[in-house]
Amino acid sequence: MIPVGFSYERPETVDAALALLAEHGEEATVLAGGHSLLPVMKLRLAAPELVIDIGRLAELGYVRVEGDEIAIGAGTRYRTLVESDVLAAECALLPAVARTVGDPQVRHRGTIGGALAHGDPAGDLPAAVLALDGTIVLRSPRGTRSVPVAEFYTGVFSSVKEPDELLVEVRVPRTGSTGWAYEKFTRRSNDWAIVAVAVATLPGGARQIGLVNMGGTPLRARATEAALAYGASIDEAAALAAEGTEPPADSHGTPEYRRHLVTVLVKRALRTAAG
Amino acid sequence: MSILGTRVVRTEDPVFLTRGATYTDDLTDERLTGALHVTLVRSPIAHATISSIDVEAAREAPGVVAVYTGADCDLAPALLFGAANKAMVRPFLAVDRVRYVGEPVAVVLTEEAYQGEDAAELVDVEYEPLDVVVGMKAALSDEVLLFPEAGTNSVTTMHRAKEEIGEDFFADCEVVVSKEIVNQRVAAAPLETRAASAFWADGRCTIFCSTQNAQSARDEVAGWMGIDAKDLRLILPDVGGGFGAKIGADPEFALVGWLSKKIGRPVRWNESRSENMTGMVQGRGQLQTVTIGGDRDGTVKAYRLDIVADAGAYPRLGSVLPMFTRRMAPGTYDIPKVWSTATVVVTNTTSTGAYRGAGRPEATQAIERAMDLFADAIGMDPAELRKRNVVEPERFPFTTKAGMEYDTGEYAAAIDKVLEAADYAGLRAEQERRRTEGGARQLGIGVSSYVEITGGGAFVENATVEVHDDGTVTVLTGTSPHGQGHATAWAMLASEQLGIPVEKITVTHGDTDLIPKGAGTMGSRSLQTGGIAVHNAALELVELARRRAADVLEANVDDLVVADGSVQVAGTSTGISLAELAGRGELKVFHEWDAKKPTFPFGAHVALVEVDVETGKATVERIWAVDDAGPILNPLIFDGQRHGGIAQGIAQAMLEEVVWDEEGQPLTATFADYGIPSAAELPSFDLVTMETPTTINPMGYKGIGEAGTIGSCPAVQNAVIDAVSHLGVEHIDMPLTPLRVWEAIERAK
Amino acid sequence: MKVEITVNGERTSADVEPRTLLAHYLRENVGLKATNIGCDTTSCGACTVLVDGESVKSCTVLAVQVDEQSVTTMEGLGTYADGELTHPVTAAFRQEHGLQCGFCTPGMVMAAVSLIDENPDLDEAAVREGLEGNLCRCTGYHNIVRAVLVAAGKDPDAAQAAGVEDKTVAPGFSTGEGDA
Repeated sequence: MIPVGFSYERPETVDAALALLAEHGEEATVLAGGHSLLPVMKLRLAAPELVIDIGRLAELGYVRVEGDEIAIGAGTRYRTLVESDVLAAECALLPAVARTVGDPQVRHRGTIGGALAHGDPAGDLPAAVLALDGTIVLRSPRGTRSVPVAEFYTGVFSSVKEPDELLVEVRVPRTGSTGWAYEKFTRRSNDWAIVAVAVATLPGGARQIGLVNMGGTPLRARATEAALAYGASIDEAAALAAEGTEPPADSHGTPEYRRHLVTVLVKRALRTAAG
Repeated sequence: MSILGTRVVRTEDPVFLTRGATYTDDLTDERLTGALHVTLVRSPIAHATISSIDVEAAREAPGVVAVYTGADCDLAPALLFGAANKAMVRPFLAVDRVRYVGEPVAVVLTEEAYQGEDAAELVDVEYEPLDVVVGMKAALSDEVLLFPEAGTNSVTTMHRAKEEIGEDFFADCEVVVSKEIVNQRVAAAPLETRAASAFWADGRCTIFCSTQNAQSARDEVAGWMGIDAKDLRLILPDVGGGFGAKIGADPEFALVGWLSKKIGRPVRWNESRSENMTGMVQGRGQLQTVTIGGDRDGTVKAYRLDIVADAGAYPRLGSVLPMFTRRMAPGTYDIPKVWSTATVVVTNTTSTGAYRGAGRPEATQAIERAMDLFADAIGMDPAELRKRNVVEPERFPFTTKAGMEYDTGEYAAAIDKVLEAADYAGLRAEQERRRTEGGARQLGIGVSSYVEITGGGAFVENATVEVHDDGTVTVLTGTSPHGQGHATAWAMLASEQLGIPVEKITVTHGDTDLIPKGAGTMGSRSLQTGGIAVHNAALELVELARRRAADVLEANVDDLVVADGSVQVAGTSTGISLAELAGRGELKVFHEWDAKKPTFPFGAHVALVEVDVETGKATVERIWAVDDAGPILNPLIFDGQRHGGIAQGIAQAMLEEVVWDEEGQPLTATFADYGIPSAAELPSFDLVTMETPTTINPMGYKGIGEAGTIGSCPAVQNAVIDAVSHLGVEHIDMPLTPLRVWEAIERAK
Repeated sequence: MKVEITVNGERTSADVEPRTLLAHYLRENVGLKATNIGCDTTSCGACTVLVDGESVKSCTVLAVQVDEQSVTTMEGLGTYADGELTHPVTAAFRQEHGLQCGFCTPGMVMAAVSLIDENPDLDEAAVREGLEGNLCRCTGYHNIVRAVLVAAGKDPDAAQAAGVEDKTVAPGFSTGEGDA
């Protein structure tokens, strides 16, 4: 119901946050919007000794065009993604995906950085950023590095982010306002996806598909993408959507059901993206 | 102008919408100052013996005042269901054995609330696991016994049929259909979890708690605590929903009372949602076999219902509910042969209790599924089949072959009304059009015809009405509202007779010192017992006032009328206000009303669902409902009860199920996992009005509290199955999740 | 840790553990009991309050996170005077019977306030989606939806009828109005 006791710091700058992370390493956890971390702490599934609150760092909240990419600060809240005119014009997939996450209260607090760092295979944003071939930007006292999102996740709730690194930004290509779709299949409106499919059309015309909850990490439907690139019809390509996936079994779906579902959702998403 | 039947906004709401209601955990009563916080240590394992409990580390934790285990607790284990096997008693804190995940094993008392959760984690319990039995069929085999001393998992023989079913029971039927169906376990999930606080003063214990029956809870708790009922006072603050699961007392209330005495300080307990999802009694949980027989012309001739019901680990109120299921087995139908039997078994799961409908939804679900299966078998429209078999209006009072005497009913008219409201023919035409087109989104139409027994088996209720010398009125009621708006409704009933506006009428309930007798709020009983008591008390007060006024005014009592808060000589302006009369002497009447018999509200629902046959996802698009509970006292409150009831019926059909794995680990113990719906999962409801009075009480009132649930759940289940029946699907068990619907479609291919 | 939070326009402060949930700060430190806690998993929304005008679930916010910010609870929304609730949202909830046991109500009302503030042009579907984070067990939501529509200046009958027409049905499909 309530977390194990912890110490709390609210650094005033990213650098100060990094210094704290460097000092405390694995005993510290970063708190942004708190809607991935706090629920887990309240159930006592996580009990960090120090919580570093970066949720009010204005320097992490931005959405801006930078060349042929859009840079989004990790502290940008879901609500801001939903309402961003920049994203509506330059990468409309993201606001659409953000709109489906949780409920309005969650969207007022949760951040894109938190969602990406948390790495829930049933989360929406990681798969969308994967479909976009986005880049995760990590900073530590040792410097800054960019990791393609396709290389970022290593397993359930696991990534290559080191304990002393902060996820500070995500970069996505400018894919415009069309050629995208998000099909999210849930039991209840507010639930995590049983399966979801994000389709993005990259500047070169390639259609890319991110899958939610079809494995331990967000996945690309590479067989479908390849078939499309070869000129297969949507129906033919969608039929391959489950290839390379390892969908979980739970009360909402057997692996067999999820494999079936993903082909239906991919088909529908591709049709929607085609307009 | 009569206030009865008018839309009166609630008198409760000004407080509820400004300061907020005051629930048990909100109390700042000064007698609870310095109260210690109670945190229960609960078993994480479903079935085990306890080898040892080490509380030393917990005792040392910050803020801990005491830690107690079963060894310290001198409350004798209690048989929570009187007709259960005597060995199946529930200790207040487990001593040598735990039988479900969540069973209390120890208790920690701390100065502050947060400290309790920290300290509870430090209590070290050693368990020796035993084999776990979660399914009812496995429990029936008696291979794994929860109570070795009982020698069986069977709880009671009270529901077994008195006679064997005749060999020729279905002999005269041209068509016989049989099916095993599941009425799955659901959680009541009121938004307010359970809570209780206690203090002792002058040898008496006072417990503030969240319950639906103040007086009977007081008696139960006193019994468990081994004290005299007169030494226990229960006070109900506002209660945040109950739905049957807060009927009576929870053993934890006695624990709280005992703790307060033991430690010599007030204590407060408030459970978390996770605790509630394993600790509070749950609803439904029946395996049913329905067998229905009749002729091809649609005449249903025989119906057999076999039930296995789940008691959970410790038999409680849930173990009596198959009685209601059996009694209501034939539903609205005039079936010449009806036979039923039920067995109740314990399993290593949370105990069952009452939940909106308490045994009657199970009966309706079964007969309504059976009717659809029979309709399928003979190729008849399900609405047509129902109309052919319902009891005709001239036959009332009608005694069914299950032994119930239905008071009044217009079952065919209810069906006609709802079919008309729904444009049933239009729906069928659209369904056919879509089937011909063959697209992914198919329509399903489900019909239900239902009747239910209300009264909760408690037919006596009392009320006190008193006019004060300032012109205000106090009504004391033995009911225990928890959302049903009795403060407004009973004020309307008193206002009608006294002519005093509802804003000046205060209704009080739930303090056993003020109201020593009462049967609470359950089984849709309140209006037909407690409301009538208020009505009668007000009538008697009017008579009393007239007699007194006749003295004062030196007038003939026959010339006196009460209106607008005054007694007046008819046709003149001579009179005396009730307030003035009260100033001259107490103006108060106590009335106890015995309804003697239950009433039987009834109705018919049509559900329209859309099923995406590619994914199995079903959406409830529309519900049309006729729910007839006699004359409507306040349409605002009446419709609100229907909305809430319908929503819960839909929720059971579509979303909700309490699930354990084979080790008895709960898989749905949070609101994230358990399928309780939000507004986004439900449509608005089309309510149709029908008012057929009962003959049981002078106002004609039946009870609406549970009817909506009883009607909507089968209509929705039937609708979803109907949506895919053209693909060969005959039956799908609830909840009708996308996975289940899709798997049913696949199996039928 | 010391926190200073403006609650319903008044400065409050207390020394709290960092793990103190905002919901508990409001209930225990400030003594405002309307905000309720109904679950453990940020699912039910009974604890919804406004932080700097935005709805948040106060069970999933630490008091320390909103130090020096401002919080509004239902108690801060208005009063009952001369037989009327003075805030349009609470007035609408009463008028439409959008509450029964009242436990979810403070959170539901605050969620509604925020919803209307962010989207003044609500229809039935937008209200239902906008309240997906607030659970009610008593009302079945029908009247809550009406109350929010009324508070947003919409005609609830028209909105509910239009909501029906939005369903994916073929043209010419009869809506079969039930009689009230």
